Amino acid sequence: MTPAVEIIDVARRFGSIQALAGVDLTVLPGEFFGLLGPNGAGKTTLISILAGLTRADRGSARVLGHDVVTDYRMARRMLGVVPQELVFDPFFSVRETLRIQSGYFGIRGNDDWIDEILHHLDLTSRADANMRALSGGMKRRVLVGQALVHKPPVIVLDEPTAGVDVELRQSLWAFIRKLNRDGHTIILTTHYLEEAEALCGRIAMLKAGRVVALDSTHNLLSSFAGLTVRLTAAALPAAWADRVQRQEAQTYLLTLADYRELESLLAALRESGIVIDELSLQEADLEQVFLRIMKKAA
Amino acid sequence: MTVAAAAGAGWLTLLYKEVLRFWKVSFQTILAPVLTALLYLLIFSHVLESHVSVFDGRVRYTAFLVPGLVMMSVLQNSFANSSSSLIQSKITGNLIFVLLPPLSPLEIFAAYVLGAMVRGLVVGLGVFLVTLWFVPMSIEHPFWALAFALLGSAILGILGLIAGIVADKFDQLAAFQNFLIMPLTFLSGVFYSIHTLPPFWQSLSHFNPFFYMIDGFRYGFFGLSDISPPLSLAVVATACAALAALTLRMLQTGYKLRN
Repeated sequence: MTPAVEIIDVARRFGSIQALAGVDLTVLPGEFFGLLGPNGAGKTTLISILAGLTRADRGSARVLGHDVVTDYRMARRMLGVVPQELVFDPFFSVRETLRIQSGYFGIRGNDDWIDEILHHLDLTSRADANMRALSGGMKRRVLVGQALVHKPPVIVLDEPTAGVDVELRQSLWAFIRKLNRDGHTIILTTHYLEEAEALCGRIAMLKAGRVVALDSTHNLLSSFAGLTVRLTAAALPAAWADRVQRQEAQTYLLTLADYRELESLLAALRESGIVIDELSLQEADLEQVFLRIMKKAA
Repeated sequence: MTVAAAAGAGWLTLLYKEVLRFWKVSFQTILAPVLTALLYLLIFSHVLESHVSVFDGRVRYTAFLVPGLVMMSVLQNSFANSSSSLIQSKITGNLIFVLLPPLSPLEIFAAYVLGAMVRGLVVGLGVFLVTLWFVPMSIEHPFWALAFALLGSAILGILGLIAGIVADKFDQLAAFQNFLIMPLTFLSGVFYSIHTLPPFWQSLSHFNPFFYMIDGFRYGFFGLSDISPPLSLAVVATACAALAALTLRMLQTGYKLRN
C-alpha cells in the first residue's frame, strides 16, 4: 500500500537553528494522525516541506508516492493544507476566495462542492461577505474551506481550532471526522491535547526537530499507564517524598504505577498516623503522557 | 475522490485574480493615473508649447508629449501592479494560497506579468483616449506602437515581480520605485527629445532601456524617432528576455518565497 505521507530523513536548518534534524515518518491512507510537540519543535517546518513551502536541506518527502520536489504538481494536488497563520486576501468575498482557490487547482464549475463546504463550515450566510468583515473564527473556517476545495485525499491541519469557539470547534471536528470516514487521510497538529487524544489513531511527538515518540494513541496512553493521586494531608511519609510531582501547601500530586501501589501508600499513611483530609484519583491522559515524554527527551 | 482538474489551467485563475484585484479598486488603479497624466499634459503643454521645438518643428510639442505620457503610464502602472500585488501577499501571508497549488514557476511568472500588462495597457489606453479630446492624433505605425507597448509593459511587469520578490517591506519597494523606476522613466525622453540635451546626457540616455521603449513607441505615432526603431526593438526585446530569465530563475529556486 502506498503511504499517504512518507518522510525520509528530512533535515532543515534556519541559520543557527536546526529546525528538523533527520525526521522519518510514514502515515498510512485513511489514518487520523497527530503531530504534536512544543513550540519550535519543527511541526510547521515539516508541514511546510511537505507542502512545498520550504525546501529540505536533506531527505525526501512524498505524498501518495509523489515526491514533493520532483513531482510537485501531483504531490500538491493530493494535499490540502490549513495554515497556522490567519491569512486572507482582503480584496475578495468568501465565495470568490473559494472559487479562486479552486481555480488554482484547475477546477472550474466547483460550486456544488463549494456550497457543501460553506454549509459544513456554517458559512453559507456569509458567502458573499468580504473576508475583512469576518470574525477570526470565521476566517479560520474559510482557511479550512480553501484547503478542501480540490478534495485532496490528504489533509493537513496546522492548529485549525485556534481562536474558534467551542460550538464551532465541535462542528468543525464533526466535518473533519466525516472526511476521515470518507477515506481522507488527516494529519493534525494542535496544542489542544484532548482533541488529539479523542481524534487521532496514531501520534508522533516532536522535540527540537526529532521524533521522540511515535505510536498509536492507545499504546502511548497504556505505556504510560498509571494513576495520578491528589492527596491533601498534614504530611507525607518520608519514603514517598520522591514520588511527589507537585506540591501546593498540604496538597500533594503523586504519580503511582497502579492501584496496588495506592494500597501501599494508604498503609504507609496509616502506619505514620497521618490523617487524609482529601483524596482523588485521575487516570493518565495524553497531556500527562506528552509532558512526561517531553521531560524525558530534555 | 478528487474533482477532475484541467492540468495547467490554474495560472489562468491567477491571471483572473490579478486583473480582478486591480479592477475592484479601479478608482485608484485606473482613473487616478489617467487624471495624473492628463494634468501633466495640460500643464506641460501650456507652459512649453511655444518654447520647445521637437523633430525640427515637424511635430507640435503637445502632440509629442502624448505618446510619452501614454507610455509612461503604461510602464508605471505595470510595475505598480505586479510589485504591489506580490508584496501585499507576502506581507499579509496570503501568498501561501498561490504557493500551495500545483502552479509551475513559469505559470506564476506568466500570470503576474500578464496581469501587470493588462493594467498598464488599460491605463495607457485610458490616457490616450482622454488626451484625444485635447490633441487630435493619428497613429502612423500602429504595430510598432503596439509592439513597444507590449514589450514595455512586460518589462515593467517583470521588474515589479523582481521588486516584489526581493523586497521584504513596503519601504524597500518604495525605494525601488522612487530611486530606480521613476528616474529611469523621467529621464527617458517622456517630456523631451534627447537631441535637445547636451552631448553627455544624450550619450547617457542610450544606457537607459526606458528611453528605447518611449522612443520606439513614439515612432509608432509619428514615424519619427531619435533612434532607429528596429534597434530600439532589439534592445527592448533583449532586456525583456534577460529579465524574464532572471525572474524565472528566482521563482524556480524559490528565492525569498519558498523558505
